Amino acid sequence: MIDFIFSNPLLAALIALVGLSLIFGAILGFASERFKTEGDPIADQICDLLPQTQCGQCGYPGCRPYAEAIADGERINRCPPGGEATIQALASLLDVEPLPLDEDVGEEKPKSYAFIREDECIGCTKCIQACPVDAILGSAKHMHTVITSECTGCDLCVEPCPVDCIDMIEVPVTLNNWQWQNPAKANDLIATDRGQS
Amino acid sequence: MNSRVFNIPGGIHPPENKRQSLQRPLRFAGIPAQLILPLNMHLGAPAKPCVSVGEKVLKGQCIAQSNGVVSAPIHAPTSGMIGAIEERPIAHSSGLNAPCIIIDTDGQDRWCDLSPIKEWGHRDATDLIEIIRRAGIAGMGGAGFPSAVKLATDKPIDTLVINGVECEPYITADQILMTERAEQIMAGIAILKYLLKPQRILLGTEDNKPEAVAALQSSATNDVEVVVVPTKYPSGGEKQLIQLLTGREVPSGGLPADVGVVCLNVATAIAVHRAIDCGEPLISRITTLTGEAFKKPGNVEVLIGTPISYLMEQGECDEKKLSRLIMGGPMMGFTLPNRAVPIVKTSNCILAPTAAELPPPPPAQACIRCGMCAEACPASLLPQQLYWFSRASEHEKLEQHNLFDCIECGACSYSCPSNIPLVQYYRASKAEIRQARIDAAKAEHAKQRFEARQARLQRLEEEKAAQRAARAEAAKKRAEQATVNSEQQVENDPVQAAIARAKAKRSGTQETSASRVDEVSKLEKRLTAAKIKLASAESAGSDKLPQLQAAVDALAEQLANAKASSTEPTEAETNDPIQAAIERAKAKRAGKGGASNVTELDPISKLEKRLTAAKIKLAAAESAGSDKTPQLQAAVDALAEQLEHAKQQTDIEVATDDPVQAAIERAQAKRAGKLTPQTPADEIAKLEKRLAAAKQKLAMASENAPDKLAAFQAGVDKLEEKLAAAKAVVGE
Repeated sequence: MIDFIFSNPLLAALIALVGLSLIFGAILGFASERFKTEGDPIADQICDLLPQTQCGQCGYPGCRPYAEAIADGERINRCPPGGEATIQALASLLDVEPLPLDEDVGEEKPKSYAFIREDECIGCTKCIQACPVDAILGSAKHMHTVITSECTGCDLCVEPCPVDCIDMIEVPVTLNNWQWQNPAKANDLIATDRGQS
Repeated sequence: MNSRVFNIPGGIHPPENKRQSLQRPLRFAGIPAQLILPLNMHLGAPAKPCVSVGEKVLKGQCIAQSNGVVSAPIHAPTSGMIGAIEERPIAHSSGLNAPCIIIDTDGQDRWCDLSPIKEWGHRDATDLIEIIRRAGIAGMGGAGFPSAVKLATDKPIDTLVINGVECEPYITADQILMTERAEQIMAGIAILKYLLKPQRILLGTEDNKPEAVAALQSSATNDVEVVVVPTKYPSGGEKQLIQLLTGREVPSGGLPADVGVVCLNVATAIAVHRAIDCGEPLISRITTLTGEAFKKPGNVEVLIGTPISYLMEQGECDEKKLSRLIMGGPMMGFTLPNRAVPIVKTSNCILAPTAAELPPPPPAQACIRCGMCAEACPASLLPQQLYWFSRASEHEKLEQHNLFDCIECGACSYSCPSNIPLVQYYRASKAEIRQARIDAAKAEHAKQRFEARQARLQRLEEEKAAQRAARAEAAKKRAEQATVNSEQQVENDPVQAAIARAKAKRSGTQETSASRVDEVSKLEKRLTAAKIKLASAESAGSDKLPQLQAAVDALAEQLANAKASSTEPTEAETNDPIQAAIERAKAKRAGKGGASNVTELDPISKLEKRLTAAKIKLAAAESAGSDKTPQLQAAVDALAEQLEHAKQQTDIEVATDDPVQAAIERAQAKRAGKLTPQTPADEIAKLEKRLAAAKQKLAMASENAPDKLAAFQAGVDKLEEKLAAAKAVVGE
């Protein structure tokens, strides 16, 4: 063995390298099969950041398709319900520059929920078919109503209603969801401003 | 009495300002004209009102019951009448309204029947805890956590800590309580000791209250250690006091019970004593009225629900001097947006400072990273780091730096040389993070619902596709069957004559029977659809059930008819005449004979079944007084007729001597019938029936739908015309 190495150094080195590469190749190949991740992990992470209103304002049929599109290079500023916060979160996840919300897709609105004026409802079931999260209850020719706690406020049900009896109502501030506001960011004041407030 | 006092990190020494409110002795504030009792003055779920407007209530009567485990009931603080149950502004930093019970007091202050427990030493601990729960006792130190929940802990408790520190400036409510009611505190502690069976009882108080310490020590029993801790803010925080007295640190996100400690305020101990020994629920508390705007500052015993405006009159508050009204102390209190808000179980102080006494905070300047806040923090946090992360909304980092361990004591803001309102940043960030968690949970929920919906839609689509495929398959099979049959018929040739006749006939009937098969499949489709509708209507409890049921019945009947008419010709005409004839002929040749009427018996039994079913329906309709009784009657008659006809045929067949001959004759007769589909006499009978039905409809329409009368009339006329024509043909 040692004689062979000494007598054919070039060949020995070649054999050693080829052998090593085969071994590592086999290990890597096995690992890539064994520890294969299902689906697209980046798209999953992006999907978790999206607000899941399934409103389709981004132009994709739901949050998951948009997440997949972002993973494939779509711009991150097409989600009006998520607004600025979602754009920031996506930017930091993907390490890209945060963009202002795309005006073509809509504007950030306060959180709201759908409300059916029940005495005007004709029971056409069109809103039920439009609701992406099955938050509308009712059957043909019977009054429909929105399960407020399940409503994502996507307003997809408003447009199909033939009698325009669906309103989007802003979620009111109650003791349960009231929150302290960040103090005015006044740190750029200089000392001479003291006592002026 | 010589317990070791441990140390806590941080802390500040703000001016105490306790002297002002200690000038006057404790007094009763009196009964205001109206008491406002918010339903959620404790931590946890709001209580449920159990009285109605206009009801008379007595002092101590329960007016709202606890709603869940972490909740507390509410009792009437005095006798009177329930004036309203409505939204009123409450003592909350948001200034929002919340549901309240309003009592119009009658001034008589009549108690309801109380049931004090004299010998609580013989009672079960769980019974006593239930009494404490029903007395509505919630922590009176500040957070308002229902005390019964603390006492019902299943973790091993070795130390009971009674909090008499009251470290916040200006407030002296607990101090005066300890000075004047030390025996009651000890009585409460005795009950708590019985309930928790701790090894040690530590009563912590500060060295700036010497009278209170003296009173406590003189009345303390042997097992209560009165521990005097050095004055420092915020030693009175629950976690801080536990650390001071026991050296144990409550873990992040944990409860004192996790380190074997239960901590209760001195006022809560008195409330427990009152609840057990006197049977009195928690209906009053001691509140400090202080600040330079009060002409008569001092401590008052107030009924829960007393409006602040009433207390301002009592303390002779000078409106001109008042700059703002604060509930709680200067460190942790909040500015009241409204003077109508009531005192609740946790309100320990009303502070009415002048502008000079408590000036508005100067504008904040930039953080110079001096680190004074970190030195002051009693929870060993890094306030300036939290401040930067809070400004940048870096929620993850905030949580990593244990923002939720912040007790919002305000020591950092107090020590900040740049006057940065640090606590406000933390409060806002805590709220943002909580909201983000709620939103994330909601988003996850919405995602699940969306995915469930997608899965359901896909499944329905697949089911539909499968149904379509099955139908296509069935149609294909039927078509194949038909060709196979015809091939078989060609192959079988024992009686050439019969085949020749049958072929001739088949060529005439094949198409019609095929179209009948189509019709049957169509009807089957409609029937399935109708049944599905019926099922969904049933499950939805629709009021259209009878109509749908009727529709399904009608379809089923039609289908049965169509099947009969499609099988009859294909089997009884195409197959039967040939096949049966062949079979019979074969049998005859083989000398078998007999058993030829098997195929004929089948339709009869079917008809009999249908007839019975129809009769049952008719009976049901009659008993229900349905308006469809005539139709059903007609259907039963028709069926009976059919049955009779079928029976006659069989009889004829049975009667015939020569089976082959009979079969051939029958086949011929049928073919003849097929070639001239209906004998004129039959036609006339049918037309007469239709006419009768149409007339009936017309009669109904004249009653119910006058607008359709003309159409029905036209139909009747047409039928009459046809009938006349048919009659004429017969006449010829």
